[in-house]
Amino acid sequence: MTLQLTRLHAYYGKSHVLHGINLDVGEGEIVALLGRNGVGRSTTCKAIMGLVAAKGSIAYRGHNLLGLRPDQIARLGIGYVPEDRQVFPTLTLRQNLELGLKRAGRFGRWRLEDIYALFPNLRSRQNVAAGQLSGGEQQMLAISRSLMGDPDLIVVDEPTEGLAPKLVEQVREMLCEIARRGAAILLIEQKLTIALQISHRVYVMGHGRVVFEGTPGEFAKDDSVRRQWLEV
Amino acid sequence: MELLLVSVLNGLLYGMLLFMLASGLTLIFSIMGVLNFAHASLYMLGAYFAYEISRRVGFWVALVIAPLLCGLLGALIETYGLRKAHRHGHVAELLFTFGLAFIVEKLVLMVWGPTAVPYRVPPELDFTLFSVYGTHVSAYRGFILLISAAMFAAIWLLLTRTRMGFVIQASLSHPDMVASLGHNVPRVFTTVFAGGAALAGLAGVIGGNYLVTEPAMAFSMGPIVFVVVVFGGLGSLAGCFIASLIMGFVQTFAVVLDISPADLLARLGVAVTPATPLAEVLRVPLPRIGPFLPFLLMVFMLLVRPRGLLGTRDT
Repeated sequence: MTLQLTRLHAYYGKSHVLHGINLDVGEGEIVALLGRNGVGRSTTCKAIMGLVAAKGSIAYRGHNLLGLRPDQIARLGIGYVPEDRQVFPTLTLRQNLELGLKRAGRFGRWRLEDIYALFPNLRSRQNVAAGQLSGGEQQMLAISRSLMGDPDLIVVDEPTEGLAPKLVEQVREMLCEIARRGAAILLIEQKLTIALQISHRVYVMGHGRVVFEGTPGEFAKDDSVRRQWLEV
Repeated sequence: MELLLVSVLNGLLYGMLLFMLASGLTLIFSIMGVLNFAHASLYMLGAYFAYEISRRVGFWVALVIAPLLCGLLGALIETYGLRKAHRHGHVAELLFTFGLAFIVEKLVLMVWGPTAVPYRVPPELDFTLFSVYGTHVSAYRGFILLISAAMFAAIWLLLTRTRMGFVIQASLSHPDMVASLGHNVPRVFTTVFAGGAALAGLAGVIGGNYLVTEPAMAFSMGPIVFVVVVFGGLGSLAGCFIASLIMGFVQTFAVVLDISPADLLARLGVAVTPATPLAEVLRVPLPRIGPFLPFLLMVFMLLVRPRGLLGTRDT
């Protein structure tokens, strides 16, 4: 098991957001985390990265992540792509990518060339300030930037939100390529089709708890889960 | 013409000194969200350290050592003070730096006494560089300009050309993301705080003997530096630079231009008589409102453009 959350509780200030989550991600596995807005999916990501206060246990390859700083967690091999992308607006696209490297000039399984080969339009925009990029380009950049740090597990929060269908397809291919190169993915996704197509296992969250766990096949069979926890 | 030239030079000098103080403060404020009330105290300590060092081993040693001491002090304050206060929120941080400013002032009073110390311009630079219209411009003023311009260039290059500068820039907008990429953000904070403290110390070294080195210097400089930071805008070094120069000029010209709103109205053909509404206010000459003109500008800026001149986010 790469990542294992056990009875995880998390808090935003005084509000109690996660109520005992159990979730795990295996080596090289793509796991989708579904649920309506506000059920605690993003908070789960932030708890893994050490960005919110949490109790319980988060184990990653024998390390206990609780109590570590975000940079220490990242250096254990976890990448994070936040929902709001958080590109560094004053830096160029290329400088953004270079900050993804944990040490200058030290590349892992992803080099700049790999990124530009997957997203050709990023190459032509590499000297543009990231604040000037389109939403789609910023999303590609946010994912690519995390890859530069060569993570073995990447936590991706809503990567296709607000993207045009063509770009959604590009993101899907990107995620598949990440998995092909051996990294595990914890994917928060609103679009069921993508999540079910590429993931090995699916979790559904409701009210800060896990309400369903199973394969995409099992999820497709159980219509009640979808009706009760996902459809608006 | 003579007045104009000398005032421009004085305004530029004062503006550059302000920038050395404000650049550190704006970086600290933007990255850490802490309005460091003790920033000007480090400026004062820089001047006193320089005074002590220069009367023992000379000014040039002081020029190097005093800012380094201030930087070290800054690192200690951040690591052992602010970081602990930070866990209890911004108000705790604010009060911590506020208390620190008073402690430094009282310590300076205890050690060096209430009156100004004879920290003088070094004899090597105490000559007239050139004279315009009978006004002598000392070599030391040229030296201050040179040092502050070199510092501006150094900070600019550091921030825009080096990896550390990129990390600092990135931390201005998204510190959590910077940390999530594996960068040690607390260490970035300490570095920036120490760097800002060293710059404030340097401003003290070259400003203390040009202006005056006394226990009140921190509290007379502090508020105007805040004005510069707010006016220039959070997260923008360029805005900070422009605001520094504007405040430098405003303060210099407000002292020498003896005019009032009534005079301006008279030029437009409107005579202000005692019967005119607000006549008392309109007749106040500029030098009398000079000291609070920067604050007036800051309040105005906050009302019309809360993010400041070139700020990247709201104050």
